[in-house]
Amino acid sequence: MCKICSERPVYVGLDGKNYCKNCFMEYVEDKIFKTISKYKLIERGDKVAVGLSGGKDSMTCLYILDKLSSKYKFDIFAILINEGIENYREITAKDAKKFCKKNKIKLIEFSFDKNFHLTLDKIKDKGISPCTNCGILRRYALNKAARENKATKLATGHNLDDEAQSLLMNEFKGNVSFSAKLGPRTGVLMHSKFIPRIKPLYFLTEKEILVYSKLRDLPITYIECPNSHDSFRNEIGKVLNELEVKYPGTKHSIISSFLNILPDLQNKYQHTKIGTCSICGEPAAKDICRACEILELNT
Amino acid sequence: MKIKVFIERENIKKDIEIKPDARIIDLLKLLKINPVTVIVSKNKKIVVEETPINSKDRIEIYSVVSGG
Repeated sequence: MCKICSERPVYVGLDGKNYCKNCFMEYVEDKIFKTISKYKLIERGDKVAVGLSGGKDSMTCLYILDKLSSKYKFDIFAILINEGIENYREITAKDAKKFCKKNKIKLIEFSFDKNFHLTLDKIKDKGISPCTNCGILRRYALNKAARENKATKLATGHNLDDEAQSLLMNEFKGNVSFSAKLGPRTGVLMHSKFIPRIKPLYFLTEKEILVYSKLRDLPITYIECPNSHDSFRNEIGKVLNELEVKYPGTKHSIISSFLNILPDLQNKYQHTKIGTCSICGEPAAKDICRACEILELNT
Repeated sequence: MKIKVFIERENIKKDIEIKPDARIIDLLKLLKINPVTVIVSKNKKIVVEETPINSKDRIEIYSVVSGG
């Protein structure tokens, strides 16, 4: 039975204790609130853009920030990126639009087709992993749309699983400096055109978010991106889940260890020079930003 | 005894032979599903892995991994 109120349990925590529906939802919301407070993710007066895909993570993020926004005096709006992935994005986008309309949340739409004159489906068989291209173009689009709509923060639905996967991917690929950009809020790269990124769901597992979104009955079509099966991230995720079931708490331990060394990583890599892309004027590590490189190759 | 199970990720329904005192975790083991990667509902209510099940129950297994 629930460790707090003795009702029927819906979730077992890492400590082996049970939570009922209401106590679990309170636990999730409290965890998000504590993350926002501890890492000062949002301050009074902020205008927070929420990257919205219509999936469980971003919908949960938007739902909870919307709940908190009136009490803690900040504004929110959502940015929906349509990459052009057939039989997937149009379905989740429909849920996202419906949710924003019902909850009177301003929604900005950014489509790859309209803004980049390509779709992810059109460029996915050209050598580079679709997830790599998608990640670069999505981050570019979110930052641009957030800034053009005067956001002071950009919130995403990244969770503990995503972060643990990213850390291991960086380790395995020898890209440790990339990990300095992780954490609950933007890492080391400073540029006047960068909108600080925040991750309110940072300490929640993917499973906790799914349970929460189901219990809240959020209007979500639970489908998987057709490209995710082949990704390196997917492989790493499988390994982590195998370790987690044998050694519960593995993912939390990875994140906790990482947060201990993050200040040192940031200190080491904070001098990384960030310039401006000679084509589009957006932040870039080289003369041309990675988004423009992709666009040059594919248009 | 047999129990009806819907596996959302594969979009299939299966009849699975279980022991009379089976729990959700036993069913997941039979199906070779890692419990970290799914949540399970019994008769439309989300339940924990220690929950007992019987042939009259309707079990649905939802995948946690989505990618978005």
